[in-house]
Amino acid sequence: MVENNRGFQFAAHLLMLLLALFCLLPFALLIISSITDEEALITNGYSFIPSALNMSAYKFLLMDSNSILKAYGVTVLVTVIGTVTNIVLTTLMAYPLSRKELPGRNVVAFFIFFTMLFSGGLVPSYMMWTQYFHIKNTLWALVVPGMLLSAFNIIMMRTYFTTNIPDAVVEAAKIDGGSESNILMKVVLPMSLPILATLGLLVGLSYWNDWLNGLYYVTDDSLFSIQVLLNKMLMDVQFLMSSASSGLGSDLSARLPSTAIKMAVAVLGVLPILVIYPFFQRFFVKGISVGAVKG
Amino acid sequence: MLIPGCIYIFINNYIPMGGLIIAFKKMNYRLGILDSPWVGFKNFEFLFTTKEAWIITRNTILYNLAFIVLGTIIAVGVALLLNQIRQNTARKSYQTIILLPHLISIVVVSYLVFAFLSSESGFVNNSILEPLGIKPISWYSASKYWPFIIVIVGIWKSFGYSCIIYYATLVGIDKSYYEAAVIDGANRWKQMLHITLPGLKSIIIILTLMSISKIFYSDFGLFYQVPMNSGSLIDITNTIDTYVYRGLAELNNVGMASAAGFYQSIVGFLLVLVSNFVVKKIDEESALF
Repeated sequence: MVENNRGFQFAAHLLMLLLALFCLLPFALLIISSITDEEALITNGYSFIPSALNMSAYKFLLMDSNSILKAYGVTVLVTVIGTVTNIVLTTLMAYPLSRKELPGRNVVAFFIFFTMLFSGGLVPSYMMWTQYFHIKNTLWALVVPGMLLSAFNIIMMRTYFTTNIPDAVVEAAKIDGGSESNILMKVVLPMSLPILATLGLLVGLSYWNDWLNGLYYVTDDSLFSIQVLLNKMLMDVQFLMSSASSGLGSDLSARLPSTAIKMAVAVLGVLPILVIYPFFQRFFVKGISVGAVKG
Repeated sequence: MLIPGCIYIFINNYIPMGGLIIAFKKMNYRLGILDSPWVGFKNFEFLFTTKEAWIITRNTILYNLAFIVLGTIIAVGVALLLNQIRQNTARKSYQTIILLPHLISIVVVSYLVFAFLSSESGFVNNSILEPLGIKPISWYSASKYWPFIIVIVGIWKSFGYSCIIYYATLVGIDKSYYEAAVIDGANRWKQMLHITLPGLKSIIIILTLMSISKIFYSDFGLFYQVPMNSGSLIDITNTIDTYVYRGLAELNNVGMASAAGFYQSIVGFLLVLVSNFVVKKIDEESALF
């Protein structure tokens, strides 16, 4: 650590730069191909240096893209509802479990922890949600199954509470006559912003990126989230063409830049993450390490 | 306070555990799970007489082993490298960038892979192989390349995350050890061998243990989406998860799918218990429970 030769630093930077490029280049190819002229794409293939640029994919998305705008709406709605519900539920679980005086807390903790070890798997879950709760093709399907609570997140938050909120603070609030829910709201949560931000970001990401619930439980295209739409488009190139042309007339749909549009939708699918992530990056890295090292 | 969460966990996680009995039934949607007739081990007999049972088990385990071994080596290596870099801003930027692939959905990853590998317009065929005078390869039907593609894509997506975990642990190692080592004349290599790696040992064990306990599970998207569900790749990309999904959704073969799912749940659970037991024997502190 103390010896510091320039050669070593140089080599380390070079390696890390290569690695960073390896991580970034696919995104660059995605973004560039979304603004590549369709004909150039057909003749030269995907390329980092396209021979002709064309913004028509984005123009198309702005002008006529009911299905895409709608999918965006569904995704935002599901992400907001799901994330808020998840964080509220996680907090309600984690806080009592962090209090030593809670009777039977080990039983509850085991009840939660056991779900990390053993599960019924896809078939029973699918049967339950579709046969008994009838959530197929409802908005519930995108929010509820498997995503509202995670044992790992509960443990992470509980660990944060026990290590970062001194017992004395809670005791003092209690002597002052605060009820448990008041203590949680007024004392504990304001001290827990880092973990709330981290988990909020993690959960928000998993909702934003979720496509499995959509694949399992949604066939109605008015309920497609952006990821499900992307998935369907990749599996069936014709999908967007047909849903777009239905209101447009076939002469326009014949000139649609289909590949570029697909890529543009994919860009829209990652853009919020690319934009928001750098601002949260510090929280995020810290949060991962807190949870990993102690959880 | 605990009630809403407990109810959800009970419904979402515990009821499906009971649903594992589907594996022993001939599922009839009209009758529902409880009233469908019992068939004993028939579903398992059917499953294990097919050659798929062997293929999905082999694929699931081998891919996971590759991810565990290569993934750990790469993540630890990069964490060590990151730790050696002295400029703060550069180090932070690298951290930010290598975590990026972890944040995007596997659906988008399959778009990225498609942009590289599509046979008509893919980057690899058009901009690498063609200029070299090599005939374009029809990637989505050439199964011999896919073990490599899957492993590369899987590691590309996940190494940043584990790397950050290792890095966070590294930063937590007491600096005075290194100062003492330098006074004793230890070089960079010796320091790594005697201070850094032992310091990382327990987190490496925990993460490896966690992956071993999931060795019967695979990232469904990686094996289903990224190869685009291509029929000619199925022998090399089929895992227990994709098999269960195909049985349930595409082939309408609930019997085999539920038998495979049961096999996955039970063997997966036993593997957690066994690996935890082994770790407890070796190093009490590192065990999961």
